[in-house]
Amino acid sequence: MATFPIESQKTAQIRFTLNGEETDLSFAPYKTLLEVLREDLGHTGTKHGCELGECGACAVLLDGKPVLSCLVLALECNGRKVLTVEGLSGDGRLHPLQNAFADLGAAQCGYCTPGILVTAKALLDANPHPGRDQIREALSGNLCRCTGYLQIFEAVEAAMVKIAENGKVSVE
Amino acid sequence: MAEQKEPVKPSRPEDSRPNGEGLRVIGVPRRRVDGRAKVTGQTRFADDIFLPRMAHCKLLRSPHPHARILKIDVSRAMAHPGVYLVLTGKDLPIQYGILPVSQDEQALCVDHVRHVGDPVAAVVAREELTAFEALDLIDVDYEILPTISDPEEALATPEPRIHEYGEEGNIHKQVALEFGDVEKGFAEADEIFEDTFFYQGSTHLPIEQHASVAIKDPDGKLTIWSSTQTPHYLHRALAKVLEMPPAHIRVIATPNGGGFGGKSDPFNHEIVVAKAALLLDRPVKICLTREEVFYCHRGRHPVLMKFKTGVKKDGTITGVHLQTLIDGGAYGSYGVASTYYAGALQTTTYHIPRYRYEGCRTFTNKPPCGPKRGHGTPQPRFGQEVQLDKIAEKLRIDPAELRLRIVESPNSVTANFLRLGTVNLTECIQRVVRISDWKNKYLKLREGRGVGLACSAYLTGAGLPIYWNKMPHSGVQLRFDRGGGVSVFCGATEIGQGSDDVLAGIVAEVLGIDPFDIRLFTGDTDLGPVDLGSYSSRVTLMAGNAALQAAERGRGLLAEAVALKLEIPKERLRFADRRVFDSTAPDKGVSFAEAVCFAEARFGTIGTVGSYTPPKSPALYKGGGVGPSPTYSYSAAVVEVEVNPVTGWVHVPKVWIAHDIGRALNPTLVRGQVEGSVYMGLGEALMEEQEFRRLPKRLSHALVHKFPSMLEYKSPTSLDMPEVVTELVEDPDPRGPFGAKEVGQGPLLPIMPAVANAVYDAIGVRVDEVPITPEKILKALAEKKAGRQPRFGPAHFPTVKWPEPLRVPPPWEGGDGNAVNDVDREKRRATKEKVLAP
Repeated sequence: MATFPIESQKTAQIRFTLNGEETDLSFAPYKTLLEVLREDLGHTGTKHGCELGECGACAVLLDGKPVLSCLVLALECNGRKVLTVEGLSGDGRLHPLQNAFADLGAAQCGYCTPGILVTAKALLDANPHPGRDQIREALSGNLCRCTGYLQIFEAVEAAMVKIAENGKVSVE
Repeated sequence: MAEQKEPVKPSRPEDSRPNGEGLRVIGVPRRRVDGRAKVTGQTRFADDIFLPRMAHCKLLRSPHPHARILKIDVSRAMAHPGVYLVLTGKDLPIQYGILPVSQDEQALCVDHVRHVGDPVAAVVAREELTAFEALDLIDVDYEILPTISDPEEALATPEPRIHEYGEEGNIHKQVALEFGDVEKGFAEADEIFEDTFFYQGSTHLPIEQHASVAIKDPDGKLTIWSSTQTPHYLHRALAKVLEMPPAHIRVIATPNGGGFGGKSDPFNHEIVVAKAALLLDRPVKICLTREEVFYCHRGRHPVLMKFKTGVKKDGTITGVHLQTLIDGGAYGSYGVASTYYAGALQTTTYHIPRYRYEGCRTFTNKPPCGPKRGHGTPQPRFGQEVQLDKIAEKLRIDPAELRLRIVESPNSVTANFLRLGTVNLTECIQRVVRISDWKNKYLKLREGRGVGLACSAYLTGAGLPIYWNKMPHSGVQLRFDRGGGVSVFCGATEIGQGSDDVLAGIVAEVLGIDPFDIRLFTGDTDLGPVDLGSYSSRVTLMAGNAALQAAERGRGLLAEAVALKLEIPKERLRFADRRVFDSTAPDKGVSFAEAVCFAEARFGTIGTVGSYTPPKSPALYKGGGVGPSPTYSYSAAVVEVEVNPVTGWVHVPKVWIAHDIGRALNPTLVRGQVEGSVYMGLGEALMEEQEFRRLPKRLSHALVHKFPSMLEYKSPTSLDMPEVVTELVEDPDPRGPFGAKEVGQGPLLPIMPAVANAVYDAIGVRVDEVPITPEKILKALAEKKAGRQPRFGPAHFPTVKWPEPLRVPPPWEGGDGNAVNDVDREKRRATKEKVLAP
């Protein structure tokens, strides 16, 4: 086995829920969640900027909580729920956060956007009415080099209002 | 379930704009055309490309800052299971570089490494990890050479030379230009100010690491997808190094995950994967690690500078003499242009009747510096604006008032022969003064709190291309579909700034359709006409004007056909709401799709082209090619700071900025560019530095990057970002499409000096360098406490042997743009023409 490239040794297996779908996966056991998402499962929506837990681009939700997928071993995800940017929209509709980000200039190059969107979703799931300071705090681990963050804050606030409205009316 | 159609924004009534122009797309805040892709994670960046049989590439990089390569043995790496190919310098020996005058790079170093991180070999393997492992199996013998760590050391150490070209020793480029007798200017002055400043280097830090994928096409040609801002220049470099006909190379610039100038050079890794794909006949990918991105660099040059300025008692400038000593790092990159830029734009903001500039760029054993947002101009802008603050204090004039007195006039030609367009700097200053409540804050806030003001100008596109030619700088082709769709083909590169949206917005406005009706094919050298790239803030004006021309030509064809059909004069036709109709009887008309069909029936297949070439510059002297632009943007900013005298920590609660944009094509994106610039400016002002250190003697004593990681290279987070109040000054400039000027770079420039000036207002100490760290604040405060000059900054400017300056009399002294002590332009043009015709 020593002569066989290590990445080809897909000896690890997990079953987990990826964006609502039961998913079985065989993979090289050293791989991170980021790597299996992008390389083994073709979910390239999740980005990487450092692979060292410094930039936040690779954030995904693991059982509803934001994690840096570059620091999570895929092996840790057996039986758990993973949500990536690909799972944010549903029934052919964008999530209110996605619409607000697109409409309000919160995505410029769009590279940090997937990580910020899922982090913001976790915030709004836990706290439907965060103040500006709470939004700042929640996103402080996600670096963005384009926007200066302000249009991101505004988009989260706009989505917050939209979600609250939708909640009242129940359907859009 | 089918995706719900995203709502198309309703058109605004025709008279909805204050000026009654009836624009429906331009000037309306709206979702960018690529917005949906970005929020769904579907924007395909280079590293998101996975192809069947794709191999992975890794580069072995030099651990030494300066060394000769004596021997490379790749046999162990080649034998490693899963390795397909190992390349070394001898496989790619041809030199290249972004500027024709600095062809000093090799894709893999042949015999000389010049900084830690210089690539010496490449491994291509079935798996990325295998390639990485095999790097350890390459044996390289180096002969260590003395390291040159900064420009002063470079001046003092002519040998060993980092490059065998340049001025002499380790001086890469020297510039000396004099526009009028500056000594005479100083003799007329009431006061002379001399100040030395240092501007530390910083890096772009795009969140996307550089990545490229190359394939050999089924027909044997080469295709490369790459995170590049300049596909056209990469195309040229690949043709040169690979010795292939350009017609057999296709470069596709993938959307860049941030660029900021850092992806504007042709890079070694791009050339390596191209070569590997051709040799292996399979796709080859590389994605740099974050550490490697720090080694690619091409970021802000560290610059030591000395400003000598003469002023009258009322603030009128009588003369400026600027000297710069520029740390270029290990390669030329854009450095020759950067050296000129460091002296070029001082004259565009304030009237300077006599001006002398001397610049010197040295090579050092560090990653090469190049163009970062503001390219070469933020450093002297910092010095000039901080010095103006000192001048205002000495003359007892409010700093805003001082600037208002000396603002340069619109449509004027400066001392160095830059022809200005609209200049609304006065309005910018007045607005930030008003909205920031400057008059009640400056000198009036409590100790520890202060405000600072600064201004700036920036190019709306470089007036000259990087290689001399007479062709357009940007071209657009439009294809009109019978279904009412329009395809835009253009080489312009989307780096997040919104270039696709600019093209779509302009075409949609002219043709009366929705931006989302348009399909864009951009950044692809096979599909679209050349656009020189996303640098120098050129795309909105240049690609925008090309798109405008192509769209107007298309509208002309459609109008002619529809006018015949409706039997009305074509001048009466209006294009709006996806219809072409009689403006006097709006019900009488046809759909846009029908209009295309009528035109196609009459003229045949409908396609149009447009192109843009900047106007000729009056600057004819050598070096006059750097600085000219069709028009310039202007900005003024007020920054408020709170300085903690115990910790030295600088907190910025609020920034007010006004930007002379000409016209905001999509105000949502314009605001984003302004705020993004403020953000990046605050990073440079307060924390960002590309810093180096020596390893301990017991180790190699090598000069290494102090912190090539995102954790240690501090950049502002969401918690650091202040409130920003953005004012757009809209005075359409006839040179821009719908009057638009640039916004991507200019608003960064006033931020650093405004912070420094605010710190002085807050605590009475001058920090004459950036970043303004707590350590420097505390040192300056200690000086103040000890009764010495309350300042932290460079003490002296070293002696540089400057060449005799080219003497160019300014326009008001009868100058014609030529230097009086140089060969005339006709002769030089003649040689250039010869160079162009191969």
